[in-house]
Amino acid sequence: MTYHAMLLPGMVMLFIFSIVPMFGVVMAFQKFIPAKGIFGSAWAGLDNFTYMFQLPDAKQIFVNTLVIAVGKIVLGLIVPIVFALLLNEVRLKLFKSTIQTIVYLPHFMSWVVLGTMLTMIFSFDGMINNFLEFLGLERIMFLASNDWFRPLLIVTDTWKEFGYGTIVYLAALTAINPALYESAAMDGASRWKQTLNITLPGMFPTIILLGTLSLGNVLNAGFDQVFNLYNPLVYETGDIIDTFVYRMGLINMQYSFATAIGLMKSVISFILIVISYRLASRYAGYRIF
Amino acid sequence: MIQSKTLGSRLSRLMIMLALVLITFVSLAPIVNTIMVSVSSSTAVNAGKVYFFPVELNFSSYGQILNDTKFWKAFLISVERVLLGGAINMILTILMAYPLSRSVTQFRSRNKYMWIIVFTMLFSGGIVPWYMVISKLGLINSIWALVLPGAVPVFNVILLMNFFKGIPKELEEAAFIDGAGPLKILLKIFIPISMPSLATITLFVIVGHWNNFFDGIILINDSEKIPLQTYLQQLSLTRDQMQNLSVEQLQQFNKISNTTLNSAKILVSMIPILLIYPFLQRYLIHGIVLGAVKE
Repeated sequence: MTYHAMLLPGMVMLFIFSIVPMFGVVMAFQKFIPAKGIFGSAWAGLDNFTYMFQLPDAKQIFVNTLVIAVGKIVLGLIVPIVFALLLNEVRLKLFKSTIQTIVYLPHFMSWVVLGTMLTMIFSFDGMINNFLEFLGLERIMFLASNDWFRPLLIVTDTWKEFGYGTIVYLAALTAINPALYESAAMDGASRWKQTLNITLPGMFPTIILLGTLSLGNVLNAGFDQVFNLYNPLVYETGDIIDTFVYRMGLINMQYSFATAIGLMKSVISFILIVISYRLASRYAGYRIF
Repeated sequence: MIQSKTLGSRLSRLMIMLALVLITFVSLAPIVNTIMVSVSSSTAVNAGKVYFFPVELNFSSYGQILNDTKFWKAFLISVERVLLGGAINMILTILMAYPLSRSVTQFRSRNKYMWIIVFTMLFSGGIVPWYMVISKLGLINSIWALVLPGAVPVFNVILLMNFFKGIPKELEEAAFIDGAGPLKILLKIFIPISMPSLATITLFVIVGHWNNFFDGIILINDSEKIPLQTYLQQLSLTRDQMQNLSVEQLQQFNKISNTTLNSAKILVSMIPILLIYPFLQRYLIHGIVLGAVKE
């Protein structure tokens, strides 16, 4: 009984703010008019969905989301692995922990703050462009260029989060049996050989785990980041599902259409998460609960 | 680990350390640059002279912030939000993680609750219905709109639940034989043992509340009641219009826009996080790893 009572307040909150909104997805199948409410609005069948598939914007946004998210996943997997491997070579404890603390810091800053900083640095007469000019290159409108916007998103996201990944990989490295290194050294294996044959395989389960789990995120290209860095000039390459749904739903007040796109994303994401969790439990023995 | 002491291996280790220092420098560069911009003169900043050292050192932007009542109002709302929202998050997380960490034999409905909770984490109705529920409840423009919708951080509940599961059964059994009920076991045994995990989650919760700008944008219309990050976000709103300008107009705009002042504002907004971070971060590795790797 005590257990039920303990769960009650949290369950009430989840019911109100998570479960009740789930019923709101019926709006996706309606021609929703706020004054009439969910019960008074007319049904529209799959009209909102057919409209979505006809709209060229919608396709573009889907592609943007995938490209940006996959880019972030790939780079976000490689950089922390390499960094953790490098850091693992260092024997000076203080040096190691200082570096770890510093690179982890951007993870704790908001995209508002980082967005402001990055806009300054990448702006037309900002630090990066001054440097490019110093090198004799041309200035680039990074934040207004459809060629540069996606790479910029991917690189800056990796920059913010690689410290976090590094910690997880370093933890995996500490679990490797030191005796393996000793015997390898006896057999005359160089540091590089040891890294290749002991350290990397030792990290493998963690890499597989994080890799498979990230599959569930391929439709999350990072709302906060895009929202704080984008502008109408780069909608073509930078607009993602979440930012599009926000603009359609809450700015343009096309409630039903926005809900339809949101629902589409939720369903696909849900399926992907279930698949990735299955994969993770099969190949990495991972279970959440 | 055995280290060879040859020249080659020393050299390669030196190279590695250099590479690490370089990457670390890149990590810090935007922050250092922002600090330097905030303490340089506007003219030097607009002339593009400020990189990693202050030019024409002056602290006038910080003086301006001191008199900016809107900034401090937003700052206080964020503090209020962190205290109120953080407390609610932590209490609900602990209260939910404990029953869920019991085995099915101890708590028969455990799996039913678990499914509901995980489902809310994986599937959502989307932003439009979410907004409508909050507005129907009359929460728009109140601090509760920033605090209640995220009252249960499901991911943290699972993190803590896994930590609780790892606590040896014997401890609990001994207390149970001594006549302690579930609440007492939670308060006297589980919470004290779980301090590293709780510290980690507290840090996540504080950072999450402090950094959230988006709910302030859509749920708070009254500019007197917005939290700090939303306030900062709106400072840079002009960026949107800025991008449509020609290069000449852009340069003109940069001359009037107050980069120094905005830099100082975002730096002041980081101070609370920087103060808390060192105290809680030593628990982080412990806490994250325990949450990530299970059974």
